[in-house]
Amino acid sequence: MKLTLKIWRQKNNKSQGKFETYQVEANEHMSFLEMMDVLNEQLIAEKKEPVAFEHDCREGICGTCSMDINGRPHGPMQGTTTCQVHMRVFKDGDTITIEPFRSTVFPVIKDLVVDRAALDRIIQAGGYISVNTGQAVDGNAIPIEKDEAMKAFDAAACIGCGACVSACPNGSAMLFTSAKVSHLGILPQGKVESSRRVLNMVAQMDKEGFGMCSNIGACSAECPKEISLDNIARLNREYFKASLASEKA
Amino acid sequence: MKLDSKIPAGKLSDKWQQFKSEVPLVAPNNKRRIDVIVVGTGLAGASAAATLGELGYNVKAFTFHDSPRRAHSIAAQGGINAAKNYQNDGDSVYRLFYDTIKGGDYRSREANVHRLAEVSTQIIDQCVAQGVPFAREYGGLLENRSFGGVQVSRTFYAKGQTGQQLLIGAYQALSRQISLGTVTMYNRHEMVDLVVIDGKARGIIARNLLTGKLERFGAHCVVLGTGGYGNVFYLSTNAMGSNVSAAWRTVRRGALMANPCFTQIHPTCIPQSGEYQSKLTLMSESLRNDGRVWVPKKIEDAKAIQQGKKTALDIAEEDRDYYLERRYPAFGNLVPRDVASRAAKVECDKGLGVSPTGLAVFLDFSAAIERYGKSEAHSKGMENVSKEQIMAMGTKVVEAKYGNLFEMYEKISGENPYKFPMKIYPAVHYTMGGLWVDYNLETNIPGLFATGEANFSDHGANRLGASALMQGLADGYFVLPYTIGTFLSKEIRTPKVDTNSPEFAAVEAEAKKRIDGLINVKGSQSVESFHRRLGKIMWDYCGMSRSAEGLLKGRQMIRSLREEFYKDVFVPGTSDEFNPELEKAYRVADFMELGELMMLDALNRNESCGGHFREEYQTPEGEALRDDANYTYVAAWEWDDQEPILHKEELVYEEVELKTRSYK
Amino acid sequence: MGWLANFLTSSLGRKLLMSLTGLFLILFLVVHLIGNLQLLKGDEGQSFNEYTQFMTHNPLIKFISYGNYFFILLHAVLGIYITVKNRKSKGVKGAVSNRAESVSWASKNMALLGILIFAFLMLHMGDFWLKMKLNQTEWIDYGNGEIKNLYKVVYASYSNWLIVGAYLVGLLALSYHLWHGFASAFQTLGLHHKKYTPIIEFLGKAFAIIVPLMFAILPLYYKLVITAA
Repeated sequence: MKLTLKIWRQKNNKSQGKFETYQVEANEHMSFLEMMDVLNEQLIAEKKEPVAFEHDCREGICGTCSMDINGRPHGPMQGTTTCQVHMRVFKDGDTITIEPFRSTVFPVIKDLVVDRAALDRIIQAGGYISVNTGQAVDGNAIPIEKDEAMKAFDAAACIGCGACVSACPNGSAMLFTSAKVSHLGILPQGKVESSRRVLNMVAQMDKEGFGMCSNIGACSAECPKEISLDNIARLNREYFKASLASEKA
Repeated sequence: MKLDSKIPAGKLSDKWQQFKSEVPLVAPNNKRRIDVIVVGTGLAGASAAATLGELGYNVKAFTFHDSPRRAHSIAAQGGINAAKNYQNDGDSVYRLFYDTIKGGDYRSREANVHRLAEVSTQIIDQCVAQGVPFAREYGGLLENRSFGGVQVSRTFYAKGQTGQQLLIGAYQALSRQISLGTVTMYNRHEMVDLVVIDGKARGIIARNLLTGKLERFGAHCVVLGTGGYGNVFYLSTNAMGSNVSAAWRTVRRGALMANPCFTQIHPTCIPQSGEYQSKLTLMSESLRNDGRVWVPKKIEDAKAIQQGKKTALDIAEEDRDYYLERRYPAFGNLVPRDVASRAAKVECDKGLGVSPTGLAVFLDFSAAIERYGKSEAHSKGMENVSKEQIMAMGTKVVEAKYGNLFEMYEKISGENPYKFPMKIYPAVHYTMGGLWVDYNLETNIPGLFATGEANFSDHGANRLGASALMQGLADGYFVLPYTIGTFLSKEIRTPKVDTNSPEFAAVEAEAKKRIDGLINVKGSQSVESFHRRLGKIMWDYCGMSRSAEGLLKGRQMIRSLREEFYKDVFVPGTSDEFNPELEKAYRVADFMELGELMMLDALNRNESCGGHFREEYQTPEGEALRDDANYTYVAAWEWDDQEPILHKEELVYEEVELKTRSYK
Repeated sequence: MGWLANFLTSSLGRKLLMSLTGLFLILFLVVHLIGNLQLLKGDEGQSFNEYTQFMTHNPLIKFISYGNYFFILLHAVLGIYITVKNRKSKGVKGAVSNRAESVSWASKNMALLGILIFAFLMLHMGDFWLKMKLNQTEWIDYGNGEIKNLYKVVYASYSNWLIVGAYLVGLLALSYHLWHGFASAFQTLGLHHKKYTPIIEFLGKAFAIIVPLMFAILPLYYKLVITAA
């Protein structure tokens, strides 16, 4: 299949970016990133600079790949990361627009590579349970209801890719933050410090400059792990509880 | 060089307890003054960095990723073993120890493996406390499953994403230490060399991947948790970025590489679909619990399938060869990984493969679907059910069990696995070999430690399923934080390491020269093309089966490839900018040296054991033939550009009797 | 009190204010609609004028109405603040706009809809409220003393196609705004429940259709039936 690619090229954070157009010959069994590899091999053969894009595990779990394909983070398939999109979802002759995740908080490093360190800093602000190695009680000491454990798992499935931020017209990181607040807040072992956690994580999220949630739902629609909007409601609830009902400031 | 494994004296089951009570400690006020570098933030690295930070050391942690949450530990699907015996099915520390030794085909160190089995239970407790959402039963207690053909249910799991959940647990513990200031995190920094001062590891040179600048970092000791080297084969289930460079650079500084030829080939991966393929994807081993592996009996049927003229459904039952069930009636489709992989290769070599490339076998769920369907019909009290209804009900059951795996298969292959049997083929998955370490996880360079897949110690010649996560976390959370004291307790008077010393300057200059050299070749072939060719050589001559003749040839081919590489590689861009092609280039350069060493190691080991199968050493039925009299040792290699030097560590088995593995 | 300032200036605190003011305004719509429905009685505006008299002279209602003005302004000002802030967070917009099926147009255009509604409100206030406050209305006596004949003003406005058209546009904007806003207010409050959220979502959509539609019936009915006669 012959494809036309419109790809965002940007030398570095200081320079202006722009779209460049390329032709590439792909086949339907390729993954999207393998199609990008083919393009890069082509560019290298012409002694041109290949397109920088981030990727690692290529099996949909590491959260490294970060690009908007035709305006959608991770492309057209629901619940699927870029690396798991295969070219059979496109047609011969298609034009595909590829650009980096869009958010002021994710500055472009080069071409399609962005800096998502802000997400790490939100976790560092409180996205953990304060337990030192060796302090733990027996794994079965605290029974956790199966459905509650599953709910925590579903929130914990977040791969930290940042698609939610890019999908959100407001550039909000609420889905990401809420997934961690839910994951740890649902579990009894995490409830202990949930007030402190939610206050600190939201404060960090605001400090990074992410936008405010207006419940559009694009984040969840584009999330490769289909993290639910329930988590955002839970975050709101936990935050109001911690701000207004607890004695913490 | 005399290799001292430093195994403590005493009874096997008491060694670790005894060691822990006697290991010298470092006082809290001294810990604050001691710097530790941890390279790699996967399970083994992140858990070590977090725990050392908690203990009060000054930790500097490094990853080439943009975040410490991305390491390939994240991709492990199956689970993590622990001798908890929650299921009351007769598991014990000893049994886990024994299974691991036996599964490793008697090529691992008893004392290390026993310690691993001992701390396995603590890992589960720790992870639960961190909030890892393991699967649970209705009563709220932890669920287990049986995995990898063992006789007890000791595997803990979180859906098909155990590795991810465990890594996130470690990442969160690490994040906490970062916020407390005990760990300084260096993202997008890749270790490009080791600095050894007065014989001790005292720091690293790291390349800031954003700016290309080489930076110096000093410390009292260096820990590598940098993973395995499966990507030497180009196509593997490893992540694209997984590489050997950090470990290999220490080998170039005198560390020994142990058993590099021991690689694990996983039998159930999605086959390669074309030349452009960049990596292979693993399908969880749990599929073999219900899937039956087969190829057509007749070569003409296989040809027709390869050419797309027939599908699996056109092959009559009596024309199918369920070769694992035929060859291994006792274990059938559940034989260990190495055995299943080799058997698939044997069939494909006969021309019976079922994909256009001829490199695939069927994994068929129709029997399981029918069985489950019948049992559903029975439990619902339905009579006179049609075959379609049975199959529909059975499909539902299979979907509930393996739905996400089937979905993943369909996404990648574009074929509906409920209708057509899956096509699978073995792929490189894990490397048991690694840096030689003693009982303290310390390499032969004092002050240089290695944890997780980066070291060689626990899995012998073959790793059991659900053991990689266990080892990574055991090393990082519970072993290294103790054993590192053996070295650091003697370093409390050592002042901060001065990175302005001539030693640092010299190593940095060498690294710079090496990296700039690659840019300056300005040849005509891409790095990727060299990597692909290297992988092909490795797979053909040092893959699932090996021969002396092939290994000699392979070694020569790698040597000439290496020469060609340094003459004709093309690396675009410059070395002082963000340049992923350059990163690939210096990683591939190291893979080529490692590849040669793997050939040499495989050639030296004149026996077949675990993942290492030498065609010359097999029984008349084609089973592996081990040579305990001559090869019960660890082959630890000292690098030399002309002729690497072999050092042997004899393996002494005090507890376990060496037996031939049989799955018949 | 530092905690309160911190809370109210946090992203979630601001959203809470949006949600609460929004919910109050939803309640106000219901009350307003009840009054308007008096226009359908066919008594030449007597009930309507009496209702107006009551609403403008009851002290409690007067007090609430000042709250109402304040909440409208707060909702609008905060809305603008949030929109500007979010634009800044988003930065460069993608070249291709996202067309995920599950995302409603309304949810992405709340600010635009809000501005339309605000403009409509200005027109509406100028048309009735201002005229009433500036005593530009006639007086009428139903036997309990003279009261303002607001009915006459309504009658005049609703006979003008331009004004009726503007009302219809304003109400359409309101409908879309509610389409997203109603359920969204509950989500922001953290009220999410597997059993009840679908009910709230259904009620929200029904409200978003029914209430503006009933508002719209009046100008249309007057233009097409009453004033045309």
